[in-house]
Amino acid sequence: MSNNQKQLYAIGALFDSPDKIIYAANKIREAGFVNYDVNTPYPIHGMDKAMGLKSSKIGYVTLFAGFFGASFILSFMWWTLSVSYPLVIGGKPYFPLPAFVPITFEFTVLSAVVSTAIALIAVAFNFPYNSHPLHDSYYMKNVSSDKFGIVIEAIDEKFKKEDTENLLKSLGAYFTELIYKPEEKTFKIFEPKFLAFLLIIALITSGSTYVTLNKLMYMPPFDFMLHQNRGNAQAKSNFFYNTREMRNPVKGTVAQGYIPYPFNATDSTEYFADPLLPTMEVLRLGQKKFLTFCSPCHGNYADGNSRLQGQFPPGPTLHSQQVINYSDGKIYNIITNGQNVMPSYARQINSNERWAIINYIRVLQRAQNPKPEDFSAIKEIKKENDDNASN
Amino acid sequence: MPLIELQHTGYIKKELPNSFVKIGLSLLVIGIALGILSYIFEPARAVYGYLTSFIFLVTIGIGSLFLVALEYVAGAVWSVPFRRIAEFFSSIIPFLIILIIPLFFGMNNLFTWTHPNVVAKDVILQKKEMYLNIPFFIIRSIVILLLWSLFYFLITRNSRKQDFNGEQNLTSRNIKLSAVFILIFAFTISIFSFDWLMSMEPHWYSTIFGVYLFADAVWVSFAVLTLSSVILYQKGYLTNKIKKDHFYSLGTWMFAFTIFWAYIAFSQYMLQWYGNLPEEIIYYTNRWYGPWKAFSLGLVIAHFIVPFLILLPRRSKTNFAILKFAAIWIIVVQFYDAYWLVMPEMINNGFKYNFSLWDFTFPIAAVGLIIFLFGRMVKKYNLFPIGDPKLKRTFEFYL
Repeated sequence: MSNNQKQLYAIGALFDSPDKIIYAANKIREAGFVNYDVNTPYPIHGMDKAMGLKSSKIGYVTLFAGFFGASFILSFMWWTLSVSYPLVIGGKPYFPLPAFVPITFEFTVLSAVVSTAIALIAVAFNFPYNSHPLHDSYYMKNVSSDKFGIVIEAIDEKFKKEDTENLLKSLGAYFTELIYKPEEKTFKIFEPKFLAFLLIIALITSGSTYVTLNKLMYMPPFDFMLHQNRGNAQAKSNFFYNTREMRNPVKGTVAQGYIPYPFNATDSTEYFADPLLPTMEVLRLGQKKFLTFCSPCHGNYADGNSRLQGQFPPGPTLHSQQVINYSDGKIYNIITNGQNVMPSYARQINSNERWAIINYIRVLQRAQNPKPEDFSAIKEIKKENDDNASN
Repeated sequence: MPLIELQHTGYIKKELPNSFVKIGLSLLVIGIALGILSYIFEPARAVYGYLTSFIFLVTIGIGSLFLVALEYVAGAVWSVPFRRIAEFFSSIIPFLIILIIPLFFGMNNLFTWTHPNVVAKDVILQKKEMYLNIPFFIIRSIVILLLWSLFYFLITRNSRKQDFNGEQNLTSRNIKLSAVFILIFAFTISIFSFDWLMSMEPHWYSTIFGVYLFADAVWVSFAVLTLSSVILYQKGYLTNKIKKDHFYSLGTWMFAFTIFWAYIAFSQYMLQWYGNLPEEIIYYTNRWYGPWKAFSLGLVIAHFIVPFLILLPRRSKTNFAILKFAAIWIIVVQFYDAYWLVMPEMINNGFKYNFSLWDFTFPIAAVGLIIFLFGRMVKKYNLFPIGDPKLKRTFEFYL
């Protein structure tokens, strides 16, 4: 297109009142033109009829984008808040539909409107182009402020340059303009200037963000609880002779609630009696502690069914006659000081909890070797429960 | 000048068939007779049923007057051919002053705050007593109805005068009146809805409730207007210069207010559902547990989803059969909504509720009253505002 003969796109004609433009649009349609359009600064009632327009297909874009938006955001909220990471918010159910309705509504409108606008631009500018020959014309400047215009495209079969111009003038146009197609230009994507421009923009944004956030707007963090007039654990001290902040307790100090247990594994402790009664509360505590500390090796039912899968010597069953014959004091000593490969649990399990575990082990043992009166007791309990349930 | 214009409108005054007024009158008499019977059998239920029908009549009457005022204030052109029909429907308003009197006698059944022993035990009601006491309540209701009637008489008188002289300044006088009326209407319909509907559940409050009743009123008024104008147009009572574009606009308004109601109703529901405060959520738990669950869900479908889907396509707003169907649907559903607003409070006030056909005796009378009044007005006045200065423009109205 380097020659100076430009290609004619259309003839634009300007009118100065809505009545004239409706009259002119009527006549143009009756004259048999197809490729023409009317541009007005505001919608004019009756123009559809004058131009013989049928209802636009763009509505389908809106419809489907709206459906897509609604179903997408609803399933998104359902998946994130009810399936993937269920959260209780304000005591509502995991799928609180009323709370989702406003978001669904907004997102439906948003996706419908934005895709309609994109579709309109794509159709009107003939995608992938982003401009139109009418841009930057005198015609367009006027119809977008206070005049009314008709534009007849050159590709129309009835189009003849002089005749069409005269026809438009005879219909009352006060001005006609020949509109040419703009010269086709190509733009390289990797233009050095463009890349440099991008780089500068990136530097300016990141630099100014850094300066603003870290220098200009910097505020000391909330740290006044960190710096107090006290010694920290593991910290160095300039005050104490061994340069440590941590102090050893005075010799002979006993922690609150701590009962000293001066016996070793080899000492005879059979005569210690269990100070706890096997109440439900005690048994629950014993069960909890047993399941936490004992069950990995001895099994959930103390039957030696270890969860360690051979990585460590499995614990023996506690249902052997030998263990049943152990006194409570003996088991207490084993938990406290360990036995064979079993280490001491004195640090993990306190004295009370140890007695509770022993109570629980006794229950497990009794469950393995029940006595006849246990069955009748169970029946009674069952009957009591049934009566309670039926009441 | 008016006589010459008469030729151009193409409107010829025709009498409605004689049977029209007779049907209305007989429906009215049958309805009232059955209503009195229902009062003898179940007095409490009859009072609630009467209030339901009263709310139904109020929404149609005051909504129609609002449409007339809206046309004047907005300077709307398309609605001029239908304005007189809306004026005829608003002629219910002065009769409301008579119709409200039985309600004053049934207040003990409707409102718990009228019982001194209930108020004595209830701190909240004691604090509300300044507003919720019987004399002030009755005065408020009467003043509101008088105000509405006053504006009904002023606006319609000017409009009718125009038929004979076609004076332009009657329109500009009505524009001023309408602006004042809309302002007063905004306050009064809120107060009216607070008094007669909200105070049945005296602990409950919702500031948007007036807007809810407003949405209902305009919605049903457009439906009544559409139904009657389509039938009158098809039978040739109006001028044939009215185009489909006019009816399209009526359909669009029904559609718009369908959505508006859903918006308002949901706004009220969602905030109270989210807050979940005992004094607010009680209104919805009353309508969710017990026999009302199906009614509440049905209201969402009948009041929003069905009319939304019927009126959504462009074609349905220009098709007379669909327009008539949608209008009848809306009128029926508006009664359903009034029923849903009023009847659940029976349980709340210590009465037993079970669905009964006695509830549908007073609506017969209400429909009869509307038909009777409309027939009488058609006999007296023109069905078409032949003197309106906007007539030329309305006939040139395009979409």
